Amino acid sequence: MTTNAVSRPSAEDQNAGTIVRYTFGERVNHWIGAISYIYLLVTGLAFWSPYLYWLAAVVGGGPAARFWHPWFGLIFTASVFWMFKEWYGDMKIDEADRAWGRAIPDYIRNEDDNLPPAGRFNYGQKLFFWLIFYGVIFLLLSGVGLWFTEDLPWNLRFVRYAAILIHASVALATIGLFLIHVYMSTILEEGSFGSMVHGYVTRAWAWTFHRTWFYQVTGRPGAKQ
Amino acid sequence: MSQAATELIRISGHAGVVPGKGLNREFQVCKLVDTTTCIGCKACEVACLEWNGYTFSQTTFDNTYQTMPETAWNYWNLIKFNEHERADGTMMLLMRKDQCMHCADPGCLAACPADGAIVQYANGIVDFQEANCIGCGYCMTGCPFNIPKFDPPSRKVFKCTLCNDRVSVGLEPACIKACPTGCLHFGTKSEMKELAETRAAQLRNNSGFQDAGVYDPDGVGGTHVIYVLHDAKNPELYGGLPKNPRIPWSVRVWKAPLKWLGNVAMVGGIVGMALHYMRFGPKKEEPIPPNDDGRRV
Repeated sequence: MTTNAVSRPSAEDQNAGTIVRYTFGERVNHWIGAISYIYLLVTGLAFWSPYLYWLAAVVGGGPAARFWHPWFGLIFTASVFWMFKEWYGDMKIDEADRAWGRAIPDYIRNEDDNLPPAGRFNYGQKLFFWLIFYGVIFLLLSGVGLWFTEDLPWNLRFVRYAAILIHASVALATIGLFLIHVYMSTILEEGSFGSMVHGYVTRAWAWTFHRTWFYQVTGRPGAKQ
Repeated sequence: MSQAATELIRISGHAGVVPGKGLNREFQVCKLVDTTTCIGCKACEVACLEWNGYTFSQTTFDNTYQTMPETAWNYWNLIKFNEHERADGTMMLLMRKDQCMHCADPGCLAACPADGAIVQYANGIVDFQEANCIGCGYCMTGCPFNIPKFDPPSRKVFKCTLCNDRVSVGLEPACIKACPTGCLHFGTKSEMKELAETRAAQLRNNSGFQDAGVYDPDGVGGTHVIYVLHDAKNPELYGGLPKNPRIPWSVRVWKAPLKWLGNVAMVGGIVGMALHYMRFGPKKEEPIPPNDDGRRV
C-alpha cells in the first residue's frame, strides 16, 4: 500500500476517510472469478441433479452448457492462479492466525472483541483462499479427464472413474465455501461487498475487522510495512 | 425413437416418474449369440451398416480377422477375434459379435445427466436419443462394456439400438437377418435363455466343452444380448468380455450416497446461514476510540 492510497481525515475525527482495500486489478480479477464460478455452478448443478437440469436451459441448453463448462473452468482457474500470485504473501498462515482460529466460536457468535487482531486477511479468509486454491487444482485435473473422456483409452478407464468422483466431491466442497463466502461478504459483514466493488473501506471498518492491517497501512509506529 | 413413450420404463436424467410406465404389454426381447457356431464372416457388421445408413469405415489390419480394434460411433457391431491356445496345445479361433448388451440395469443410463438422452423400453432395449444428448460422455464412464462412442463433430454419443426401429414394427434386428450360420437368434428373453442353455448342455455333453455355458451377467441385472461360450469360466478370452461386469462403484457412489450427502449439505448450509443471521445478525464496524494508539498518517 502506498501512502497516497490513504486519505487524510481531519485531526479531530479518527473515523473520517477511507482506505483502499482492493486495487482495481484485484477487483476486476475477483469478478472474473466470481462470474465464471457462478456459470460453473449453474451448469455443474444442472449436470448434478435431474431436478436442477432446467438450469442448463437458463444458460442456453444442455449441449451449450457441456461445451462451455470446461472453458469457463479454465477462466476460473486462471483467475484463482492470478489471486495466488497477487495474494501469496498476504495469505501466509502464522501464529496469530492459529490463535484467531482457536477463537473462531467467538467469531461465529459475533463477539469479535475476543479475537486477536487480524492482518489484511483473517484466518477464515486465508483458509477459504487455500481450500479454493487446492480445490481448483483437483477440479482442473479431474475436469481435463472429464473434458476428454472419449480420448481416454479403455485400459485407462480408472481415470474416468476417479475423475467423476473427485470432480463432484471437490465441487461440492467449493459450493459450501462459496455459500459461506457470499453470505459473509454480502450480508454478514457490512462494508465488505462495497470494498470489492469500489475498492474502499472506512477507517473504522479496517480498525474493527483487520486491526493489524489498519495499523500497517496507516503507519502506526513499529508496525510491519 | 419410434416406440411410444408409454413403453418406456427408465429415462436418463429425469426428474420424477416415468410417464405411463406399465401401461403396455411387457415382453422382454433378447438377442442370442452362439459364439460356437460363428464363423466370423461379418455379414452382421455389413447388415448393421446397411440398415443404419452408415458407410463402411476404414479398417485396421493387425494380422487378425478383426475389422478394427473396437466398435466406433458409426460402427456398432464388431466381430472380436482371438487366437487362443489351449492347455493341450490345440488352437481355437474365438469369434464374438461385440455390440451393446442392453443391460437390464444400464450403467450408461444411470450415469447420464441429460433428461431423456437415454431411455429403456419395456421390452428391454436401451436406446440413445441423440436429440437430447449433450455430449458429456458420462455414459462412456458408466458402461462396463466399452460400448458408447463419441462423435466429435456432432458432439453426440452413439451405439447399437438393437434395431429398435425394426423390432417396434415386428421385424428382427438387421444382424440377425443377415447371419448365414444361424448363430444369431432373436426372440423373448425366456425363449432365448432356454435355447442357450440347451445349446450349452449339448456342448458339455456331446462336444467335450466341459465349461460351456451361457453369458447373462447378474452384475448388470442380466442382459438382452446373451452369449453361448465354449468356456464360460473365461469370458475374457472372447475379445475382453468382462467376467463380472458391474456399473463402476464410483458411478454408484456418485449417483446415490454422494448425491444425497451433497444435497443435504447444500440445503443445510443455506438454512444454517439463514438461522445464523437471524440469531446473531450482521457484523458492524465500530468507531475507533479517541485513545486508540494507532497513529494517523
